[in-house]
Amino acid sequence: MKRKGLLAVTAAAALSLVASMVTVTSATAAVNCDPYAGYKSMKGKTVTIFTSILEPELTTLNTAMADFQACTGIKVKIEGSNQFEALLPVRVKGNNAPDLAWIPQPGLLAKLVETGKVKVAPKSVVANVDKYWSKSWKAYGTVKGKFYAAPFGSNMKSLVWYSPKQFKANGYTVPSTWSEMTALADKMAAKGQIAFCGGLGSGGATGWPATDWVEQIVLRDHGSAVYNGWVNHTVKFSDPRIVSSMEKVASWMQNPKWVGNVKGIATTTFQDAGKGIPDGKCMMLQQASFYGNIIAESGASISPTGDAFAFYLPATNSKVTVPVVGGGEFTAAFASRPEVVAVQTYLSSATFATSRVQLDNWISANSGVPLAAYKNPVDKLSATYLANPKSTFGFDASDLMPAAVGAGSEWREFTAWFGEGKSIADVVKAIDASWPKS
Amino acid sequence: MSEFLSENLPKFSSVLSVIAAFFIILGLIFAIAGRANGKKARPIALTIFLGPALVLLLAGLVIPGVRTILFSFMNPDSNEFIGLGNYQWMLEDPNVKTIMINTILWILVVPLFTAALGLLLAVMLDRIKHESIPKALLFMPMAISFVGASIIFKFVYEFNEPDQVQIGLLSAIVKFFGMTPSDWMLSKPLNTFLLMIIYVWTQMGFGMVILSAAIKGVPADIVEASALDGAYGWRLFRNITFPMVKGTFIVVLATGVVGALKVFDIVRTMTGGNFSTNVLANEMYSQTFVQFDQGKGSALAVILFLLVTPILIYNIQSLRKERAHN
Repeated sequence: MKRKGLLAVTAAAALSLVASMVTVTSATAAVNCDPYAGYKSMKGKTVTIFTSILEPELTTLNTAMADFQACTGIKVKIEGSNQFEALLPVRVKGNNAPDLAWIPQPGLLAKLVETGKVKVAPKSVVANVDKYWSKSWKAYGTVKGKFYAAPFGSNMKSLVWYSPKQFKANGYTVPSTWSEMTALADKMAAKGQIAFCGGLGSGGATGWPATDWVEQIVLRDHGSAVYNGWVNHTVKFSDPRIVSSMEKVASWMQNPKWVGNVKGIATTTFQDAGKGIPDGKCMMLQQASFYGNIIAESGASISPTGDAFAFYLPATNSKVTVPVVGGGEFTAAFASRPEVVAVQTYLSSATFATSRVQLDNWISANSGVPLAAYKNPVDKLSATYLANPKSTFGFDASDLMPAAVGAGSEWREFTAWFGEGKSIADVVKAIDASWPKS
Repeated sequence: MSEFLSENLPKFSSVLSVIAAFFIILGLIFAIAGRANGKKARPIALTIFLGPALVLLLAGLVIPGVRTILFSFMNPDSNEFIGLGNYQWMLEDPNVKTIMINTILWILVVPLFTAALGLLLAVMLDRIKHESIPKALLFMPMAISFVGASIIFKFVYEFNEPDQVQIGLLSAIVKFFGMTPSDWMLSKPLNTFLLMIIYVWTQMGFGMVILSAAIKGVPADIVEASALDGAYGWRLFRNITFPMVKGTFIVVLATGVVGALKVFDIVRTMTGGNFSTNVLANEMYSQTFVQFDQGKGSALAVILFLLVTPILIYNIQSLRKERAHN
């Protein structure tokens, strides 16, 4: 009995110790809270965000939101997963949805809206989007006439990564037309260099870089009307125009003279593909704006005179002006608590976009962000094209196509096209056959 | 630290209270069941002991099973019946044909090799000095998840251009013997077998341990008697040891078949189902969770279920036979 009493005392002591540790609060640093005056203080509230964005970008996002969190008292918890696209629908269906999610596929947004769990955007968010984004951007966050999700980050896919140092050492100049680029590649091949590197490997999403290459050429060759028709399947994959664009991709990224081992592209991960750029193991890689983050991981400097930088993938047809293929995330809400609305509104504001842009690699199509705020030259370059009024903008087609195609047969067939030498005729036949009938 | 505690304390306390509630309820049930006597004792005991199990079986197995079968006749969003469309797709789609062939290959090759290698190792290692050391080493891969094992083998199968330094073990070995290494994950149909090696590597230790226990269970007097009759080595194994561990061998085989049918992690990690290495479980996942086609995903699940059924029936039958013997 005596022992038991002692035990109880120790347990109580331990518990009170724990309690005292819990109540310790950190002192708030001096923060300028003026930009956040419009938000009510909501101390102790937590908002969860689920995303496909991973480290190190998550930390940067948190830093960008630090002032907002300090001033409003709202705690934002971001959880990233590389299985995001598979997990989010499961969590939503299982009533375990996050408060907010950054959805990188408008098609996925439409699917989730069908579940009835996505909240229509609050007025404050609609006001921000109307003020800062173009109508085409707002349209991508709209499902069946109702606006749900404000654009978040955006990315520019029409870039070619290269090494300014290597180009200088070899006496190469950045090409500004398609024929200049092919002539440059021939020059590199003559020197025994690998002109283009590529990698399709991406776990369960293997094949997506090839869908990007085809999108670049379809938009460049044929313009918006054909591109959007292709997305809706009114222009089939077997259409001669799409087939001819795929042939152009084949003469580019499957040209053994330029890429070396064509089949190896299918088994190389997209992250590894560009690793050789800083030391000239390969000279050019067509990849999106985010790729700077990956090259920089090895310590390479990203600047117009550094180890790596990007140039704009040239147009192929003079009738299509400044073709830009891009993508982006959209902030969808599964809750409408006041703190969730506050975070949602903040994320769609120019204040957030500017503070995020100032940190490092990130692009916003938010017109409230001054170009001078971009710290990163690649992002400035991308933002210039994304905001260009003359540009022919195409949202990543595979993200807009039905998942059975855009996240299924297109990935699979394009991987077989590169890895197994499947013919274009067989590839387009298989993709067309997989298009959902309805 | 304080943040960690403040975040996780409620989690722990709720888990503890759930466990406590579980035991309290269990205790109550047993107490009630123990009090019943007379004529009603048996029916009360039956309901109390079988009831919860039946409810859980219904909620966890029967209802989802029936729903899956229903979904397999429905459209991607499971809100409209489309008849046999999903099954028709399975018969007509060339990719599904590859998937079926690969799955059948997995069922045929993997269990046989896992069990045979397990048996070979068990026999070879039986009664040698320090038996536990090689056994522990061989059993260890079992502790690695399939994803972990696949990542290890990604390095084994890594390939560089033939004129460059090979960092992949397999490529390096092939090069050492003067042959040209190839991009292993692209080499059909070899790639499927290379994936199977990963499974066999992780699972043969399991077969070895189970079979080794069975071999040790063979009565010493039988072995001695047969030795007196002149049975050594192969003859002893064929006429005495193997017949006596046959039942265990079949259990290892059956486990292997079920495991091979469910294989998903290895294929997803190594090739993502590309290059003609796809299998049923991976396609079921892709259809359901990547392409959001619940109909096709469910139809594939039904086929998977139908393929497992004969093994289940066989297992139940052999269990019954054993009971009849006892």
